[in-house]
Amino acid sequence: MSTTDDMMERSDRPDRPLGDTLISPADAAHGGAPRAGSAIVPRNSIAGRALVVVVAIMTFLASLTTGAVVLVLASASEWQSDVAREMTIQVRPVTGRDLEADVRQAAEIARTTPGIASVRPYTAEESARLLEPWLGSSLALDALPVPRIIVLRVDSGRRPDLAGLRAALAARIAGATVDDHRGWIARMRAMANTAIAGGVGILALVLLATVLSVTFATRGAMAMNRPIVEVLHFIGARDNLIASEFQRHFLRLGLIGGTLGGVAAMIVLASAGVSRDVFLGTAAEEQASALFSTLSIGVVGYAAVVGQIILVAAVTALTSRRVVSKTLAGIE
Amino acid sequence: MLQPPTSWNGAYDPDDQLASAGLEASLVRFENVGLRYGPGPEVLRDLTFAIEPHSFQFLTGPSGAGKSSLLRLLFLSLRPSRGLISMFGHDIATLSKDSRAILRRRIGIVFQDFRLLDHMSTYENVALPLRILGRAEASYRQEVIELLYWVGLGERMGALPPVLSGGEKQRAAIARAVIARPQLLLADEPTGNVDPSLAQRLLRLFIELNRSGTSVVIATHDIALMDQYDARRLVLHEGRVHVYD
Repeated sequence: MSTTDDMMERSDRPDRPLGDTLISPADAAHGGAPRAGSAIVPRNSIAGRALVVVVAIMTFLASLTTGAVVLVLASASEWQSDVAREMTIQVRPVTGRDLEADVRQAAEIARTTPGIASVRPYTAEESARLLEPWLGSSLALDALPVPRIIVLRVDSGRRPDLAGLRAALAARIAGATVDDHRGWIARMRAMANTAIAGGVGILALVLLATVLSVTFATRGAMAMNRPIVEVLHFIGARDNLIASEFQRHFLRLGLIGGTLGGVAAMIVLASAGVSRDVFLGTAAEEQASALFSTLSIGVVGYAAVVGQIILVAAVTALTSRRVVSKTLAGIE
Repeated sequence: MLQPPTSWNGAYDPDDQLASAGLEASLVRFENVGLRYGPGPEVLRDLTFAIEPHSFQFLTGPSGAGKSSLLRLLFLSLRPSRGLISMFGHDIATLSKDSRAILRRRIGIVFQDFRLLDHMSTYENVALPLRILGRAEASYRQEVIELLYWVGLGERMGALPPVLSGGEKQRAAIARAVIARPQLLLADEPTGNVDPSLAQRLLRLFIELNRSGTSVVIATHDIALMDQYDARRLVLHEGRVHVYD
């Protein structure tokens, strides 16, 4: 063995920095200027871009589902309240009584009943038109004992005096009965509740699928970053600092993907509302109107989509933090 | 004589509240340390030795003797199965994870596979230990540039690791390990992938770092390298360490 000075003597002690002779001009052209400010976690990795795409697609699907469920919820409650706001008085023809006079009197009794906002007796022609789908238009209905209908709209602020109305009609008009649509309301409520439960169930499943796929995609992207976690750990970075770096990076990716998907879904949902105006008066628009009272998801719907973007971004960030913590636990 | 850069004053670590406890004579002290992985046999047995401040030693032994495991114990990447390891005056068994991270900042490590981050320039890789201390780039820019010139990478500081040669990567890894002026420098086979001429230059770099106050441990099985410099040797054989001062 030799001493330090011997060794330094033997190796031609340089008068310039070590390694200077190893640099070729071509090498120098590769990057003399120091570059600073790169993110600790690479911003534009393939895994990161793939994660953004997955997050965008899943947020788009979840947001569309949310929009559809919001429409179903709004329409279901509208169906119920529409039916509940209406009642009908049916005046059957009775031998020896003037049907027209009975209808006028029944309408008058209804007008004086508390809680009834409007009364609209159907004319004989209107009543006949109601039967046209079943009996055809060529049949002379005058010869038939067709009952007459009076449509009552219930005051939304007050309960109608249904018992008083029934008693007054029974006392003064033979053959007049009140139908408060209770049976229809019960069926509508059952149908609406089924639609709501189905919608909420589908939304829950789609959200669960979104969370799971975003979690797995984040884990995949994180696997590529394990060497960075290890290097930061070995040079003395605290676990919290490493986890925060990754959490911030993946929150950003989640927000980008979530915003892309969420905004795309908002555009689709908004264009559904606009398309209704374009097709106004057509058969398609009437069918859509019959099924959905509105095609706009409203403020609540858009707020739910924004909430989903935040949820997806939070899931992405927290998953990355959990993976970093697990990785760090594995390397002491 | 080659001197380290003048502006290379090391890192003030605002988190390091452990400094006052590290007044013990030895930087590292192993007492009857044993290490086993899982339920298997002990790969390191009854290790008792110390690493003193300003010292220089080679850690050597045949392949599979446990050099890498001992290095991992030295940079707190493993916990011993038994025995006591004291580093900078602290029993590591009593330290929290955060405290071990802070203690790790006093240790520079040069990996055999360099472990440079490919998306960062050479300059950024070397500056990383200072960056994680929360220092502003302007405060360390000059010292990083001077250190890069000192290790011969002055013209390559903007290059990304994938375009660096093996020797350049090795010097970048060394610069990153020493930029924060660690008290202890560990190098795992630092000359394993370079030609004899570069190996000699790298050894000279380690000697200069040692002369500037850093204790150095070089794990190697390169007999020719060890013969170039008269230094203490820790020889691992069948899991036990034999010290030749």
